[in-house]
Amino acid sequence: MGNGTRLGRVRGLGSSHHGSAHWLQQRLTALGNILLVGFLFVSFLRLPMTDHAAVLRWASNPTVALALILMTVSVFWHLRLGLQVMIEDYVHGEATKLLSLVLLNFYAIGGAAYGIFAIVRIVLAPAAGLAPGGM
Amino acid sequence: MAGNEPSARPRAPHLQVYKWGPAMAVSIFHRVSGDGLAIVGGLMFLWWLGAIAAGPDAYNAFIACVWHDPNPDAGTFHMVTNLVGKIVLIGLTWAFFQHLFSGLRHFVLDAGAGYELKTNKLWSTLVFVGSITATIAVWLYIFAETLNG
Repeated sequence: MGNGTRLGRVRGLGSSHHGSAHWLQQRLTALGNILLVGFLFVSFLRLPMTDHAAVLRWASNPTVALALILMTVSVFWHLRLGLQVMIEDYVHGEATKLLSLVLLNFYAIGGAAYGIFAIVRIVLAPAAGLAPGGM
Repeated sequence: MAGNEPSARPRAPHLQVYKWGPAMAVSIFHRVSGDGLAIVGGLMFLWWLGAIAAGPDAYNAFIACVWHDPNPDAGTFHMVTNLVGKIVLIGLTWAFFQHLFSGLRHFVLDAGAGYELKTNKLWSTLVFVGSITATIAVWLYIFAETLNG
């Protein structure tokens, strides 16, 4: 475990065996969010948002679709970490805490999967010879 | 009452008796805005993506519910949801800027800088000023664009 020096303690990751992984992942996904959500936000302002054809054309561009998929991963990973801390801080009963964390994981993983699948449908519907929504 | 008697002793950090200051407020609003973005923002983003994928009819229904129903016979229901939709979107815009600027402040704090009392207070205040200013600027732009075309 390395209980001797400070560096040894850091390398041993402490008693939880997770060390700073949660903290670091939150920062890394935050950095990803700045770039990717920033891109989405600017796109929202520049797109004619009420025009389905224009939004579809934008979203089916491969670079945009890739950015949207990366954004979905980064955002839902970040919100899972953030809401986990919130639950740990404010939900006190053991059972409700466990249930809240289970629901959070359903939302984070299910939400990300739904989002990524929607992007794949948007991009691949024409390749499959289908009109939007036909997949 | 705790917190009301004159005393030089530090007070316990219960929200009810805590003296509000910019640094603690920005910390609380980082959590509040994060929650709002995570749940309301996340669900609206998924609804929007799903509507794009589901085709023009689904997308027009989404727009008619959240933003504007072009049907001249639009009922009270959509009038209400259009208003609520705009309020939610303005709220999400504020939450986005608040969480972004507050998050940037956290990166500076992570580097070990900005803990001096005056510096901390200044940047905490600027986070609020920045997020409110940016939200107003963005929505003035959106409403100007909407009115012009």
